[in-house]
Amino acid sequence: MSTTLQNLVNQPYQHGFVSDIESDVAPKGLSEDTIRLISAKKNEPEWLLELRLKAYQQWLKMEEPQWPNVHYPKIDFQAISYYSAPKPKKTLASMDEVDPELLRTFEKLGVPMNERAKLAGVAVDVIFDSVSVATTYKAKLAEVGIIFCSISEAVRDHPDLVRKYLGSVVPVGDNYYAALNSAVFTDGSFCFIPKGVKCPMDLSTYFRINTENSGQFERTLIIAEEGASVSYLEGCTAPKFDTNQLHAAVVELVALDNADIKYSTVQNWYAGDENGLGGIYNFVTKRGLCKGVNSRISWTQVETGSAITWKYPSCVLRGDNSVGEFYSVALTNHYQQADTGTKMIHLGKNTRSTIVSKGISAGHSNNSYRGLVRIAPTAAGARNYSQCDSMLIGEQCGANTFPYIQVNNPSAKVEHEASTSKIGEDQLFYFAQRGIGAEEAVSMIINGFCKDVFQQLPMEFAVEATKLLGLKLEGSVG
Amino acid sequence: MIYQDSKTLLTVRKLHATVNGIEILKGMDLTIKSGEVHAIMGPNGSGKSTFSKVLAGHPSYEVSGGEVEFEGRNLLDLKPEERARAGVFLGFQYPIEIPGVANSQFLRLAYNTVQTERGKDELDPLEFDDFVREKMKLLEMNPDFLDRSVNEGFSGGEKKRNEILQMALLEPRLAILDETDSGLDIDALRIVAGGVNQLANKDNAIVLVTHYQRLLNYIVPDYVHVMESGRIVKTGGKELALELEARGYDWVGAEVKANARVNA
Repeated sequence: MSTTLQNLVNQPYQHGFVSDIESDVAPKGLSEDTIRLISAKKNEPEWLLELRLKAYQQWLKMEEPQWPNVHYPKIDFQAISYYSAPKPKKTLASMDEVDPELLRTFEKLGVPMNERAKLAGVAVDVIFDSVSVATTYKAKLAEVGIIFCSISEAVRDHPDLVRKYLGSVVPVGDNYYAALNSAVFTDGSFCFIPKGVKCPMDLSTYFRINTENSGQFERTLIIAEEGASVSYLEGCTAPKFDTNQLHAAVVELVALDNADIKYSTVQNWYAGDENGLGGIYNFVTKRGLCKGVNSRISWTQVETGSAITWKYPSCVLRGDNSVGEFYSVALTNHYQQADTGTKMIHLGKNTRSTIVSKGISAGHSNNSYRGLVRIAPTAAGARNYSQCDSMLIGEQCGANTFPYIQVNNPSAKVEHEASTSKIGEDQLFYFAQRGIGAEEAVSMIINGFCKDVFQQLPMEFAVEATKLLGLKLEGSVG
Repeated sequence: MIYQDSKTLLTVRKLHATVNGIEILKGMDLTIKSGEVHAIMGPNGSGKSTFSKVLAGHPSYEVSGGEVEFEGRNLLDLKPEERARAGVFLGFQYPIEIPGVANSQFLRLAYNTVQTERGKDELDPLEFDDFVREKMKLLEMNPDFLDRSVNEGFSGGEKKRNEILQMALLEPRLAILDETDSGLDIDALRIVAGGVNQLANKDNAIVLVTHYQRLLNYIVPDYVHVMESGRIVKTGGKELALELEARGYDWVGAEVKANARVNA
């Protein structure tokens, strides 16, 4: 690979700083006692502790999945701290009471914690290590009946709602990391849009891992009642450490009749250095249930960070005529590994799903798309369209596509298209001959490649994603 | 056209270049003044296309000797994009396809980059749209081409028109058109040549790299050079092209060898 391409992909990580914030960190290790400690620290009701312990018991009997196309040394679950919270943890009446160092941290990251800030217009729940530190626009949202808060607050203030839906989409024993999350999750976002309400602003959660040797296990639960709609954004960064941190989140979405949930992620966890040292293990379970008729759940993800990504945001299309969508850009560089895709489970009649996946591999990285489309016998008239495109930058990287298609209803229609392309020297020379340097050329080619996905992102996020891809690829093209 | 008071644009002295370790250019000499139209002809493998790519700075070619001066600057010191911004334009024999990138977006970025280099204002997308549509009329191009991906799915003729459109937008000082006539039917050839003629003026120069005399009926050269084995072996006026068309290239080689013997 020419040096221009090389240099283009090799951009330094910009969010790799550590904030000097005093934290309350639980001792390393995982046992029933750890779980009781977390539950006690959070003053949880008995039913939640039981749910956690049940999950833990199941987790003990499970095996770490070996099927993803990723390779890493065995994780020592006893070497992780399962709780880390910035001190002092007291309930904050307003943004002014937030630790200024925390405010500075998020300012540096470009997250608007100040409601009067320029980027206002998005409500943000900010999660720092294990706990939610602030949620903006809560009062304004409450006026229309929307509940947007940390999941801990929801457990305290809206226990019936949480109890009804938590674990209803991703059962506690669903898979190895979901079980672990269910046992030890510390915080996350909760969002409830009541019947008939269109959420007036985008809701957003920003995750930050700050402490070395702590894992982040957040839990997000979003419920849209009949006819409700919401657009939800999620962003994440972490400091640079030479060790690997585990991030095992669970996100559950529930859409009732005619409801519409749009969930967008820009994932920029620390990816490790150019030799593959350090970085986040991003092992995440995200699933949406289109429970009601005509409901719609749409996942859009831009995955650029993490040493290893293992994530399949999925839709269970139970309601008749419900719609599932998955739009993904996954970029890997250096020694990053990604095994990501989606599952579309068609149960209801005339359910429809669309999958658009764009994988970009550079350096020595390995990028796999893995997707399942399952049409149940009950899903008469179901339709799926999948498109999986891979782009390779350089000679050392890999791209794979693993589509699984199971059709059990003869009236269903499933389409799958795939392509592989390469940014070549001749393309870059063509740009250069028109005065355009390699960096701009690559960013233009990549943005063109990702256009179908970026179009699905909310405006500010699309701009952010475009910039981020440019940064990640700087120095990769020669 | 040859002007009395024209300035020298390009001087190539004893240029040698290799690709994959094989020497293709072996002592190329050429001087081009503003206002002139030069045709470089020669059989396959004589080094015509290599010469154009070396001038544009293609990374696969290595200059192993000689010098190239462009408007007083050492061209070989400049990166490909710097050469382009300085006013060297290469019309590609096989224009590259760039899936996913809209032609309008590509053309505007190229145009604005070169404008900025010249200290002029950039055009926003709306202004540029008006501007580019005007230029497209020159080449009888359908505005639909703006929305399509760069060269993707274009026919041979459409690609060549798109090349000349870029030349019209960038207004280079030196335009090297590599086999612009190949793959064109007679109507397309007339349109493309008409476009080039309208762009030629006393401040720029055009180098036509071609196999055939056909193109030169439409774009009349001031000089015709014959290349063989990596250098220019004969230079004449436009009538030389007609002679080549009638007699082929073999006699030029024979004449060169005979002269070499006489001189020895």
